[in-house]
Amino acid sequence: MTTAKERKVMQQQFKERMNEDELMNCMRCGFCLPACPTYIESGFQETHSPRGRIALMKAVVDGLIEPDEDVERTLNMCLGCRACEPVCPSGVNYGHLLEEARDIIQQNKKYSLPVRMLRKAVFGGLFPHSHRMRTITGLISFYQRSGLQRIVRNTGLLNLLPAQLKEMEKVLPKVPTLKEMKHRPEHLPAQGETKRRVAFFSGCLMDTMFMETNDATMKLLQLAGCEIVIPPAQTCCGALHGHSGEKSQAKELAKRNIEAFEGLNVDYIITNAGGCGAFLMEYDHLLKDDPAWGERAKAFTEKIKDISVILVELNFHKKGLKLPSQVVTYQDSCHLRNVMKTSAAPRILLQSIEGVEFREMKDADRCCGSAGIYNIVEPEMSMQILDYKMEQVKETKATTIVTANPGCLLQMKLGIEREGLSAHVRAVHIVELLLEAAEASGFTVNQQWQMPEHIRKTS
Amino acid sequence: MISNEVKQRLISIVGLENYDDSKAGRLVYSYDATPQFQSLPDAVIAPRNTKEVSEIVKICNEHRIPIVPRGSGTNLCAGTCPTEGGLVLIFKHMNNILEIDEENLTVTVQPGVITLDLIKAVEAKGLFYPPDPSSMKISTIGGSINENSGGLRGLKYGVTRDYVMALEVVLANGDIIRTGGKLAKDVAGYDLTRLFVGSEGTLGIITEATLKLIPMPETKKTMLALYQDLEAAARSVSQIIANKIIPTTLEFLDQPTLEVVEAYAQIGLPTDVKAVLLIEQDGPSEVVERDIKKMEEICKKEQAVSVKVAQSEAEADALRTARRSALSALARLKPTTILEDATVPRSEIAKMVKAINEVAEKYNVKICTFGHAGDGNLHPTCPTDARDREEIERVEKAFEEIFAKAIELGGTITGEHGVGIMKAPYLEWKLGREGIAAMKAIKNALDPNNIMNPGKVFAKSTRKRVVITR
Ligand SMILES: Cc1cc2nc3c(=O)[nH]c(=O)nc-3n(C[C@H](O)[C@H](O)[C@H](O)COP(=O)(O)OP(=O)(O)OC[C@H]3O[C@@H](n4cnc5c(N)ncnc54)[C@H](O)[C@@H]3O)c2cc1C
Ligand code: SF4
Ligand code: SF4
Repeated sequence: MTTAKERKVMQQQFKERMNEDELMNCMRCGFCLPACPTYIESGFQETHSPRGRIALMKAVVDGLIEPDEDVERTLNMCLGCRACEPVCPSGVNYGHLLEEARDIIQQNKKYSLPVRMLRKAVFGGLFPHSHRMRTITGLISFYQRSGLQRIVRNTGLLNLLPAQLKEMEKVLPKVPTLKEMKHRPEHLPAQGETKRRVAFFSGCLMDTMFMETNDATMKLLQLAGCEIVIPPAQTCCGALHGHSGEKSQAKELAKRNIEAFEGLNVDYIITNAGGCGAFLMEYDHLLKDDPAWGERAKAFTEKIKDISVILVELNFHKKGLKLPSQVVTYQDSCHLRNVMKTSAAPRILLQSIEGVEFREMKDADRCCGSAGIYNIVEPEMSMQILDYKMEQVKETKATTIVTANPGCLLQMKLGIEREGLSAHVRAVHIVELLLEAAEASGFTVNQQWQMPEHIRKTS
Repeated sequence: MISNEVKQRLISIVGLENYDDSKAGRLVYSYDATPQFQSLPDAVIAPRNTKEVSEIVKICNEHRIPIVPRGSGTNLCAGTCPTEGGLVLIFKHMNNILEIDEENLTVTVQPGVITLDLIKAVEAKGLFYPPDPSSMKISTIGGSINENSGGLRGLKYGVTRDYVMALEVVLANGDIIRTGGKLAKDVAGYDLTRLFVGSEGTLGIITEATLKLIPMPETKKTMLALYQDLEAAARSVSQIIANKIIPTTLEFLDQPTLEVVEAYAQIGLPTDVKAVLLIEQDGPSEVVERDIKKMEEICKKEQAVSVKVAQSEAEADALRTARRSALSALARLKPTTILEDATVPRSEIAKMVKAINEVAEKYNVKICTFGHAGDGNLHPTCPTDARDREEIERVEKAFEEIFAKAIELGGTITGEHGVGIMKAPYLEWKLGREGIAAMKAIKNALDPNNIMNPGKVFAKSTRKRVVITR
């Protein structure tokens, strides 16, 4: 609950900080409504539509309404998938409005002590620190490998967790050990002729929990002819912070990343997670009030490219990849599609694989309900959206669901579990499938990243 | 205000989850697509069937509570802005296609069906529902009937009115009536169906509609004619029709409109010409070929700098979609976008385009023009800023002069967007005092307590007619 005084402060900040031109830019035509998953899944509630949310933000700015629980509720319910942006003829930048509004609300929120501590620990103490991310992931690794996971599952201890987290536990990837995570490459040569020199944004979650995906990405880049630089000074992209109303921390992370990637003399900065890539791509907006960083941020953002785009640019789809016969479908990553405007490249790559029958599912561009931490904080809506998604997946009869973002990957795995399909349907990150195809077609990296011998033995 | 007792009665009809009087819930129904209008309703109600609508209306009539029926709120005349409070009545539960009758070529729908969904459903059966307002991907059939919406295909196929065969209507006293039927001919009494079409929710609530379908045309061709002279484009329109060709679509876009549309759609529209005509013909392929060729000749004769025929359906569709996004794309230019809907006889379109440009210059306002040129229906649109009162005043004056000019040319103040609150002060210019009196008599007879969308269509006072001095 917020007090009247708190609401007043918030209202003032809405007036000062929200971009009024952007709010007015919405002409309320409603063209975005059919694209909004929460509008559809809420049974067509205008409060859960982009037009409604923009109107509410504007009404707070105009003093027509207080930023009360209902306003906060609808902003929380938003997936932040930004499907409303490409369909908006007026070009309203909804994502930026949402980010600012959430930041104002969060910064003024009196959380209970435990929640405050948790937020502080997670946003300030965990994601920005690669060693701590490793530690946490290492703990999970220990949990998975030590037999503890089996014990916990058998004893029913998991039943103490909320249903959501309980299901999540099942779908976590098999994570690397602490030692494996500590030794990461900083430079890798291209296989054969060097066609591009690229930097790789390894990400915090991606380089720990999803390390295998990162390794696969780097191998593909090598195979495609990229020399890779992986600057160790890079840090978490800040997307989770930015989307959860911790904007000032996001800005700090942005600056550290810009610094880390400056002066590397690379053609592109490659990402393999739509969520991270989109956020990196908008650093110039994030730092817009910081003139000293304007140019530097712009130079950075112009280099960001998703792995699928560079692979197509380097004709990886013409390599003659093969896989055993299977039906594949692709779930767009919202931010990859709506912000990075990348939707064709992954499809081109998948369709190029011999043996793969690519079947487009209905509404592949609609959010899967994962949306950062949405599936944990808004489980009900998230599961409703996921159930719809799984219906569409089942329609295609696909046995492989391909995604392009870790959150989506976990969510699809969760969907498979919930539908009891795990015996014959799998979900993979696109780079994993591509590497599988490359290897099955006889392409292997000669000079691949090798963990020092002594570490491999002990882990 | 709605008393607690009334509220409880309403909830007992629709259920708690379908009655919302929270501040946020009311706020998102306080506006429509019309700039500068906003007003909170007292509550929002979502009935599940006709019977519930009737019960709600009875209570409202008894307690004199205004009812604003609302589709998707895309109208451009403040027609669903609840300026007098009361209940906003929405159709999110009443959104089913009830029947597609392939023998009688009709479709029967509930009012909340989205126009594009209906079009797709009938097309899947090889049938055709022509009215296609640019807003069709979100606007509802109930809204389209009540605004008598037109679209890109209006020139050849007419507007919504031409397709409404039968209606189920809840009157202000709660009575449920059925008008018309699946009949090719019917002269039993007054044509109430037509009366309710375009009535903007002021006479009753439409709860079901039977619409006419036609067979899908066999083929279709689309072309784009480019001009360096606005009036040459307008002359081409009159010439095409004078040559006895009725194309499906004959749309006009001027340069500023082209620029913003291209910025959004990025399909390679020309932005270095003064105007384009988007022309389409459908029907048997010989006819289409012949007409397209003839129109190409006419356009060239009227100084089109180039004429391009779309090479594929995808290309044609991109052009249509781009045209449909014109209004919203213009909204990119400035915070506020005011658009008008003046309509003149087709033969006068060149004069109207010229007059619009002169007026824009006179009042020093930017006006971008696009519209259904073949219908004589133009949308002069002004990107402005509601916060700049001085400019807004000039914009209003400019539009008043445009209305006056339209009427002088034998036209009307609104071709398809309706009167609502926006145009109410100007209605008398078109209808005269007697015309207004006749309409008011109908309104009073059907809705004596003035609960159905009050404040719309009829203004408290009429604007003084501007005298055009040139
Ligand atoms: C970008 C844009 C483009 C547009 N293009 C066109 C166009 O090309 N051609 C055109 O004609 N219009 C156009 N319009 C205007 C508008 O979209 C149409 O009038 C549309 O048909 C309205 O549908 P709606 O569902 O939004 O109705 P609403 O705006 O919700 O309602 C319109 C009117 O109908 C009444 N109403 C709604 N449902 C019922 C019901 N069941 N019973 C009784 N009354 C009811 C309302 O009270 C109101 O008076 C456009 C609007 C926008 C924003
Ligand atoms: S956000 Fe864009 S599409 Fe949605 S109502 Fe506003 S202007 Fe229209
Ligand atoms: S970001 Fe996604 S959920 Fe949020 S309003 Fe836009 S479309 Fe809806």
